[in-house]
This record gives sequence, structure tokens and C-alpha cells, in this order.
Amino acid sequence: MSSGTFLIMRHELLLTIAALLVLMAEIFVDPKKKRGISTFAVILLGLITAAGFIPSPEGVLFGGMYISTGTRLLMKNIINIGALLVFIQSVTWINKEENSEKVSEYFILIITTLIGMNFMISAGHFLMFYIGIELATIPIAALAAYERYKNKSAEAGIKLILSSALSSGILLYGLSMIYGTTGSLYFDQVAHNFTNSNLQILGFIFFFAGMAFKISIVPFHLWTADVYEGAPVNITSYLSVVSKGAAVFIFIIILYTVFPVIITTWQKTIYVTSVLTMTIGNLFAIRQKNLKRFLAFSSISQAGYILLGFIGGNELGMAAVIYYVLVYIFSNLGAFGVVAAVSNATGKENMDDYNGLYHTNPGLSLIMTLALFSLAGIPPVAGFFGKFFLFTAAAQQGFYLLVLIAVLNTIISLYYYLLVVRAMFINKSEAPIEKFKSDFPTRLALGICVAGIFVTGFASLLFEVIRNLSYGV
Amino acid sequence: MDILTLFVVIPVLTIAAILFLKETRQVRVVSAFGMGLQLLMAGVLVYLYLAARHAGNTDEMLFMKDYVWYKSLNIHYTIGVDGISVAMIALTSIVVFAGIFASWELDFLKKEFFISLILLATGVFGFFISLDLFTMFLFYELAVIPMFLLIGIWGSGPKEYSAMKLTLMLMGGSALLLVGLLGIYFNSAPSGGQNTFNILEISKVVIPLPAQRIFFPLTFVGFGVLGALFPFHTWSPDGHASAPTAVSMLHAGVLMKLGGYGAFRVAIFLMPEAAHELSWIFIILTSISVIYGAFGAIAQKDLKYINAYSSVSHCGLVLFAVLMMNKTAMNGAILQMISHGLMTALFFALIGMLYGRTHTRMINQMGGLMKIIPFLSVAYVLAGLASLGLPGLSGFVAEMTIFVGAFQHHETFYRVVTIIAVSSIVITAVYILRVIAILLLGPTTNKHYELLTDAKWYEKISVVSLIGSVAAIGLAPLWLSSMIGTSLQPIVDRIFAITPF
Repeated sequence: MSSGTFLIMRHELLLTIAALLVLMAEIFVDPKKKRGISTFAVILLGLITAAGFIPSPEGVLFGGMYISTGTRLLMKNIINIGALLVFIQSVTWINKEENSEKVSEYFILIITTLIGMNFMISAGHFLMFYIGIELATIPIAALAAYERYKNKSAEAGIKLILSSALSSGILLYGLSMIYGTTGSLYFDQVAHNFTNSNLQILGFIFFFAGMAFKISIVPFHLWTADVYEGAPVNITSYLSVVSKGAAVFIFIIILYTVFPVIITTWQKTIYVTSVLTMTIGNLFAIRQKNLKRFLAFSSISQAGYILLGFIGGNELGMAAVIYYVLVYIFSNLGAFGVVAAVSNATGKENMDDYNGLYHTNPGLSLIMTLALFSLAGIPPVAGFFGKFFLFTAAAQQGFYLLVLIAVLNTIISLYYYLLVVRAMFINKSEAPIEKFKSDFPTRLALGICVAGIFVTGFASLLFEVIRNLSYGV
Repeated sequence: MDILTLFVVIPVLTIAAILFLKETRQVRVVSAFGMGLQLLMAGVLVYLYLAARHAGNTDEMLFMKDYVWYKSLNIHYTIGVDGISVAMIALTSIVVFAGIFASWELDFLKKEFFISLILLATGVFGFFISLDLFTMFLFYELAVIPMFLLIGIWGSGPKEYSAMKLTLMLMGGSALLLVGLLGIYFNSAPSGGQNTFNILEISKVVIPLPAQRIFFPLTFVGFGVLGALFPFHTWSPDGHASAPTAVSMLHAGVLMKLGGYGAFRVAIFLMPEAAHELSWIFIILTSISVIYGAFGAIAQKDLKYINAYSSVSHCGLVLFAVLMMNKTAMNGAILQMISHGLMTALFFALIGMLYGRTHTRMINQMGGLMKIIPFLSVAYVLAGLASLGLPGLSGFVAEMTIFVGAFQHHETFYRVVTIIAVSSIVITAVYILRVIAILLLGPTTNKHYELLTDAKWYEKISVVSLIGSVAAIGLAPLWLSSMIGTSLQPIVDRIFAITPF
């Protein structure tokens, strides 16, 4: 291993060091000053995120198991930005009295998942990919059950671990078929030996189903709502944004580089699942009263839109997907940030509790509105641009009907996003949420989200950079 | 900075200024100042435009600027105006200006109201200056979304229902539109080369006919929803009835014109072949809008509903004329947009002022107001006369031109639908005169009304600026119609190249 190797895989190495540092801090820091650990962890991740942007050579390590390219580096950086925002948002919550015992666990576990995601994105071999995905999933189950004294949280943990174990099983079964028929697990060799036989297609379908669990694509979405509702708000936002984003990234890489031969097959699969995901996610979201469940279904439908970027198999599609995940990070974390702030201050999470919020907390209401408009794809915020590019990518390959279904779905989604806006601005309430002032980390995170929601849209440079790194089938 | 971008920048700066105001009383002054400046700018723009044309500048679009935005997708921020857009910009600035004064005495959440209102105006101005389909679409959606809050918060009656219905239906229209625009984009370079969103460049190529057959209906209906095309007009009566005064003014006066303008500038201009082929379907639908709207207005008792149905009828006439696809009718369509925009804004302003005094909008509860509040009543009569097309006011010029243009077609079909559409004038006269008779003449039904006071100074500003414009167009229509006519020429030439009548 040379120093160049360290530079190439600096994300993973630095994150491992960070996890160890937090662990040591747990041992050496005076129990009364445990809260300092959260600040320490945030600063560490901030430094790592910044270090991710240092230009570095592309490279292939461990005989092709680990691949680092410009695209993958960009993806990792985006994931790190999302994780950093979640870290900042969770400081208030983690510093609460009832959590003081397990501050460092939270950060160690979440950094571990981040290591897994980074390895996953850099995978050049299905084994590496599998290890990464497991490393990224199992600690989250522990985190979902973080507030174990609450029944719902414990339930969320067990649901997540069971369903992800099942999906991993399916995924592995598919991989075994692919291995059996192609004789390799290296991405390039699988792609090279892929002959489109029935067994291979079956293997691919199993692989697809396994990934669909991770991204919560209908019909593999059933775990999502319960887990999202039960888990602490910050874990939910981490699951719905960072975790999902990382899975989307590696999924599109694998589809584009390993399975280009059967593009017509997976285009059909994606067509059907995308329509189902958008429609069912949206229709279920309409009925939700708990905002975490509401955002869970909304994030299911968002996954459906993201699939529109997959379907064309073109480089515009990949660019649109990467860009949309970035936009989605800011928008969804903005929405979750407000939910978390309200939940931290008052413990209220239902839509009815938000009635008249604008009159007591105008700032939070405005941020929530911006975030929801961005999720719905309303200009001038970034979501509009993100959705437009996704739809353009699908339209480029002639999937106009699918685009039409998708835009009609955005109208359904607009309806339920407007329900929240209506609650905050129009509805009257006997006992609205009291005026409260959020602390510095919450405001910092929300500020970054709002800036992101505006800047990522208007700054075309960002999209052009992503576009230049992207590739098609 | 170029003059056109200022039309977007001034409202944005006004919004920014309002945001920093502590004192709510200053909000309306700042808004009025900003929109007054905008009106002044519109005047300057008209002057500059006419001067440039006078100096012999025959470009299709003037004051063009082009900035690359998203390079890889060839998305630009391209702006430019011809006579049609200049006229629409002037209309918008007058209506917005009048709208600010009409909502002078708003009682709660002033700041938020004026911000939303001006945001809406920003979208409309941006739409009219855009020559790039992407930015045009962006501004279009930007203009629609503030309506939800404007109606939902400051509206009356079943405001939440109306706000939701209006927003979702209009956004549904924009959903169809988005697919249509993407279709145009990916067919904008049939002979190879880079796709483009630029309207002028697309107009130079012929989009393949099979693609046109799919994307023309999508685009036309997409814009048509905003232009109250039957059967997608149902948001309009509910929305207008529930909206606060200034919002009704702006919405019926300006926002609905986005539909007509877009149908004309995008759907028909870029895809004339399919437009010619499929126009009969939409002509039938628009004829239904015209007649149905007028009959709907007769049946209503609420002043706002009457005017909303009347808007469906009049805006139906705009789309009807646009689909006739000849110069006279199209000229009439643009005149009708401007005339109806001013007139209906005047109507809604007056209805708002009457409602503020009598606290009812039901015509059968009012009566004999002419003696008590003569200024408002006379203004109402003038608006009514303009609406039913009395010569000397703007409505006559517009409708006359439309029907003359429509009758120029020789086919029986066109003549029959024209005759049907013309009959709407009679129906319009029925409901307008009936309202005037019940509302303003006759004995005073309620003795509390005898204490009512006539228009205040800010209301007068609002009313006079609108009446003045209506009368100016009615008395001297030629400068306006020649300004529009010159700009229509290249569009008509392009249509005639394909479908010579």
C-alpha cells in the first residue's frame, strides 16, 4: 500500500479513524462531559466531508474489488454531506437527559453505517458490495431501536432487522445464481460473461428484489412506514435520505455497468415498479396523520420518481439521479429538520398539531413549506429542477407515457404536501404549538438545508459538473 | 442589466424590501411604490418598443438577451418581446397596480399578502418576457402556486376547497404541459443537431407530424386549463368566488391570459400543422365554453360567480379566436385578452368594493345603489357596457375583430360555430343588464344602505386607472391593434406557409 492508496480510499479510512476516536472519547471523557462528544463527532465528520473534496486520482484497488472513479467520489461526498446534516440535526436530541448514557454509541453506529455505504459505492465485486450493504444496514437496526423503552422504537428495530435479513437473503440467492452462471463476482467479468439466459434473468430479478427492499420500492416497501414511524426522528431522516441515497447510487452503477446486456428487461421491470411505487406511495401518503409516516410514504413515492432517471440507461439519467439525490437530501432533511425541531420542543408529531404553526413559529413554517414545495417540484426551489431533469432523461428515450404518469403523480403529491401547508398557514387551532426558539445546531442545519434548496437549483454549474462525470449504458 | 430583466427584478426587490419592513403600515406603500415603478417601466417599454419599430427595426423580437443557463441541456434564459408581449406586459402592470390599491385596507397578515401577490406578478411578468420554453414553464408554475395561499388564507366562503381545487387543476394542466414541452424539445432538431427550448429556433423547423399530433393536444390543453377551456374550467368559478378582491382581479385579469397567450405562442405557433388538423375539436370545446359560460352567468345570483362564468365565456372566445388561425381573428384574440383583462379586473375590483360596503354579493339583496354610491355604480355600468361590447369601449373592438376574422373562413363548419359564438353577445347583454337593473336601479331595498359612502381615494385610483385603459383602447384601438398586427405577421406567415386558406 502506497500513500496514493490512502488518498484513493480516504473516505473509508478516515471514517474508520473517526469511529475509533469517538470510541476512545467514550472511554476517556469524563462522564459528566459526555455531551462534548456530539460536538466532537460533528466536527470530525465535517472535516472528513471537507477532505472528501480534495482532488484525488482514480484508482482500482485489491485486484478490482475496490474501484474509485470521479462519479463514485462525487456520490460519496453527497452521502457524507447528507450524513453531516443528520449529525448536526441530531445534536439537540442526543444531548437530552435520557440519551446521555449512549451518546457515543449513536455516533459510532452511524459512522459505521457510513463506512459501509462508502465501501458499497466503491464496490467492484459483489462480495464487497454485499459486505458494504450489510455494514450499512445492521447498525441502523440498532439505531432504530435506540429509544428501546418505547415500544414503537423497539418494534421498528426488530422490523428493520428482520426485513433487511430477508432482503439480504433474496439478494444473496440472486447473486449465487449470477455467480453460478457467469463464474465470477467481479462486476466487469459478470458483465462480460452475461449471456441473457433464463437463470441469469432469474438471478437478476432476485437481485432487483433485494435492492428494491433497500430503496423501499413497491411491492417491497411494507417495512418502511412502521420503521420510519417508530424510529427516532433523526434515524428516520437518516434512513430515508442517506441510506436510501447510497442504495440508489450503487444500484444505478450496477445496472449501468453490470447488466447493460439486459437493458430491455430491466427497463420493463423499472417501468412497472416505478409506476407502482409512485402511485401507491402517494395514495397512502394522503391518509397519513403522523408526519413521520407521512414523510415515509412521501419518500417511497420519491423513490418512484428517481427510478425515472434509471430507466433511460442514458448518462443524462445518471446525472439526473445523482443531482436529484442531492436535492432530495436538502429538501427531505429540511422537512425532517422541522419535524425534529418541533418534536424536540413539544413532543408533537401529528399533522393536526401543526394547525396555526405559522402564527407562532413563522420561520419553521416557511422552511417546512419550502422543503415540501421542493419535494413536490415547485419552482423556484431545487426540487423543480431535479424533477425536470429526471423527466427529461426518461423522455429522451421516448418514455412519454411514463413521464405523464409521473407528473400526474406529482399533482397527487402536491395535494398532500399542501395539506401540511394548509395546516400551518390556514387552519385555526385552539392550542397551537407555543412559540419556541431552537438551539444553534438545529438552526444551522436548517439554514444549510434552505441554502441548499435554493442554490442547487439556480447554480447550473453543479449540474454540469455532475453531468460531466456521468455515463450511460 | 437589460430593461426586460428589470420586470422580474423590480418585483423581487419589492418583495425583499417588504420582508425587512417592521411596520405593517408601510407595506402597502412600498408595494404601491414598487408596482407603480413597474407601471412606469411598462410605459417606458411601450415607448421604446414603438420608437424602435418606428426607426425601422423589423426583428421578430426586440430587446433580446440570451444567457446560457444549463449548458448541457441547452437551457437558456432567453428574453425578448414583440408587440404582443409588450401589450400583455402593459396589461399586467396596470392590473397589478390597480390590485394593490384595491387591497389597501386588508386587515390581517398584510405583509404575507402583498408578498404572495407580487410573487404571483413576478411569475406573470417572467412568463411574458421568456422566449425559452424552460424558463417560461418555470415562471408559469411560479405564478400559479401563490394562489393557494392567497385564496386559502385571505379568501371567503369555501376557501380551502376552492384553493385546493384551483391549485390542483392548474397544476394538472401544467403536468400535461410539461410532457408537451419535453416532446417539443426532443423533436426540435429533426434533422440532427442540438435540441433546443428556444421558441424562435423551434419555429424555424417543422416538428414531425406524428409527434405534433401527440404533443399539440397536450400543450394546448395544458395551457387551455388556465384559459378555462371546457371541460377544464370548473376551477374558475369556485376559485374566483372565494378569492380576495385583488387576487380575483389578477387571476381573471392576467393569469388566465397566460393560458391564451401560451396556447397561441407555444402550441399553435410551434405546431401549426397539428393545430390545423385538430383545431375542430378544440373549436367545438371553446364554443361550448363561450355559450356555456354565458348561460352559467345568467343562472348565478352571486356577483362573483356571475363574473367568473362571464370570464369563462370571454376567455373561451380568446381560445376560439386563436384556433381560427388567421390574422384578423388572432389580432382579435390578443385584443380580447387585453380588453377582458382590464374589464374583468375592473369588475372584480368593484365587486370587492361593493362587498366591503354592503357585506353581501347576492344581487337580490341589493338594489338602488346608483343614488347612494354614484361613483362606484357608474363605474360598474361602464364595466358592464364594456363587457357586452358597446362601441367606444374595448370589448367592442376585440369581439368585432374576432367575429370578422372567424367569419373569413369559407367552410360551413367555421361559419356555423362563429354564428353560435356570436350569439353569446346577446346572452352577455342579458346577464349584464339584468345585474345592473337589479343592483343599481330601482328602490333601495335595505335602509342601512343609505348610509353607505362612496369610493375612497385609493379605490378611485384603482378604478380610474382601469376605466381609463378600457376607454383608451375603445376609442383609439388602432395603435394597439397595429402594434399587435405587425408582430402577428411572422406568426401568420408561418401558419400560412403550411395551411393556406
